[in-house]
Amino acid sequence: MGLSRYTRRTLVRELALVLVAVVYCLPFYLVVSIALETTAQTYRAPLSFPRPLHAGNFSTAWRTGGQAGLDHALLSSLIITVSSVVGLIVLGSLCAYTIARRSGRLAGGVYVLFVLGIILPFQLAIIPVYVGMRHLGLVGSYLGMIVLNVGLLMPLTVFLYTGFIRALPRDYEEAARVDGAGILLTFRRVVIPLLWPVTGTVAVLTGIIVWNEFFIALVFLAGSHAQTVPVALYSFVGGYAARWNLIFAGLAITIAPILAFYLFAQRHLIRGFSAGVKG
Amino acid sequence: VRVIDSTEQLAEPTEHSRPSILRARRRLNQVPWLLALPAVCALFAFHFLPIGFGAYYAFTDWNGLAHAHWVGLANFREIARDANARGALWHTLELAACFVVAVNAIGLALALGLNRAVKSRHLLRSVFFAPVALSPLAIGFVWAWIFDYQGALNRVLAGAGLGSWRRAWLGDPRTALWSILVVMVWQFSGLAMVLYLAGLQAIPDELYEATLVDRAGTWLRLRRVVLPLLAPAMTVSVTITLIIGMRVFDQILALTDGGPVAATETLGTQIYKQTFYLGRFGYGAAFALILTALIAVLALTQLFFLRMNEQRL
Repeated sequence: MGLSRYTRRTLVRELALVLVAVVYCLPFYLVVSIALETTAQTYRAPLSFPRPLHAGNFSTAWRTGGQAGLDHALLSSLIITVSSVVGLIVLGSLCAYTIARRSGRLAGGVYVLFVLGIILPFQLAIIPVYVGMRHLGLVGSYLGMIVLNVGLLMPLTVFLYTGFIRALPRDYEEAARVDGAGILLTFRRVVIPLLWPVTGTVAVLTGIIVWNEFFIALVFLAGSHAQTVPVALYSFVGGYAARWNLIFAGLAITIAPILAFYLFAQRHLIRGFSAGVKG
Repeated sequence: VRVIDSTEQLAEPTEHSRPSILRARRRLNQVPWLLALPAVCALFAFHFLPIGFGAYYAFTDWNGLAHAHWVGLANFREIARDANARGALWHTLELAACFVVAVNAIGLALALGLNRAVKSRHLLRSVFFAPVALSPLAIGFVWAWIFDYQGALNRVLAGAGLGSWRRAWLGDPRTALWSILVVMVWQFSGLAMVLYLAGLQAIPDELYEATLVDRAGTWLRLRRVVLPLLAPAMTVSVTITLIIGMRVFDQILALTDGGPVAATETLGTQIYKQTFYLGRFGYGAAFALILTALIAVLALTQLFFLRMNEQRL
C-alpha cells in the first residue's frame, strides 16, 4: 500500500500535529490546575501546577452553584435531558418510519419541511412559544422544558431516522406483514431492533444539545427550581466575580461528566453530525 | 431519493388480480400517517406556526402581555436608526463570516493531516473533536479567564518578552469581538474536521493510489482529486458552521455580555435582551425575524451554489 507508508515527512507531520494538540488542550489543563488552587495562588502564579493541592474549591462550588447547589442543577439537567431524548426517539422514529416507507409526493414534502425545520433558527419561534407556554403555566417547569425540547429537536431526529430507514431493506417488515402482524407490532418487533445504531446516534446528539442548551434554558428556567447546569453556572459565575479558582472548580464539575460521556459516545456524535455528508 | 413502493414487488400480477385490487392491497399495506401525526404536530406547533406568529409580532409594539398594535416598519426603522442595533447586525455578519472561513480552513487542514498514515490519528481526532461536546457557555468562562488582564494570555506574553502587547482583551472594543471569534474557532474546528474526514473516507482508495502512481504532486493531487471529492462534505460543513456562527449567543454572555460599549452585541444577544429582559417582544421579534431571514437566505443560497458546484465537478 503506497498510502500508509510512514516516511520522514509523515513523522514531521505527526510531530507538528501532536504539538498543535498539546496547545489545543491547554484550556483543559488550566481548568484543572486553577480549580485546585487557593485564591492567593491564582494571583501569584496561575500557570504552574499548584502545590500543595487545594481541593476545598470543589465542595464550595458543589454547594453554592445555582439556586440549590450544583447537585440539584445536575439532577435537573439529567431529568430534562433523558425525558426529552426518550420523547424524541419514540415520536421521531415513528414519524420517520412513515415518511421513509410511504411512497408519493406527500411523504417527500413532509420530509422537506422537517429539513427546513433544522435550518430555521429557533430564536423567532421562541418568542410566541414563550408567551403561549407562560399562559399554560409551563415556564419554569420540567414538563414545559421537556415538551419544548422535543418540539424543537424533532426535525433533526426525523432527519437522522429517515435517512437510516430509507437505507434499510424492507424484506423483514414485509415478511412480518404477510404473516399477519399489524403495523405497530411490525414496528415494535421488527423495525425497532434494526434501528439501534441510529437510535444511539440520535440519543447522543440530541442529548448533548439538550444538556448544553443555554439560550432557551435561560429564558424558560432562570430563577426556577428546575434550572439546568448552564443556567446554574451562569448565575454561579456572576456571584463569584473574579474568584477564578471557585469558578473553575464549578466548571470542572460540569465539564468532567460530559468529557467522560464523550469518550465512549464520540463515535455516535461524529456519525450524527456527518449524517448529512452521505445523504 | 426514489422510494420504491413495497407492494410492487410483493404482489405479483396474476391473471386474477385486477388493478383495483392491487391498489386496495397497496393502500392496506401502507404505513398510516397517524404514526407521524405527533411529530408533524410538533413540527408545526414549535416551528412553522410560531415563526409565522413571530414574524407578525415583528411588525407590532407587543410587550408580551397586552394587545399588540400594528406599527408597520417602525421596529425595523428603529434598528436602522440605532447605532447599537446596526452594530449588532454587523457584528453578527462579521463574526459568522470569519467563523465559517476560519473553522473550515482549520478543520480541512486537520482532516487532511489526520487522514492517513499518522500513527496517533485516532487519539488526535478525539482531542480536536472533544470541545464540540462541551457547553459553549462553560468554554466561554474558561476563556474569559485566559483573556483576563491577570489571565493566562497576558502572562504568557509577558513571559515571552512581549509585555507591551498585554491588554484587557475583552475590555477593549478593538479586540473583544476577535477574542470571541478565537473561542468559537477553538471549539468548533474539530466539528469541521470530523465532517471533512467523513468526506475523505468516502474517497475510494484506488482513486487515491492512482494519483500516486501518476506521480501527481501533493498540491496537484489535492486540487484535482481530493478537494472536488470533498465538495459534499464542504456543503454540509459550511451550512452547519454558518448556522452556528449566525446564532452565536452563549459565548458572548460568558465572555463580554455584549460589551464593552456594545462592541460585541449580536442579533442573538439583542433578541434575548430586548425581548426577555426589557419586555419589548415586538422589537425583539424584529431582530429575530432579521436573523431568521438571513440564515434562511444565506443557508439556502450557499446550499444551492455548493450543490451546483458538486454537480459540475
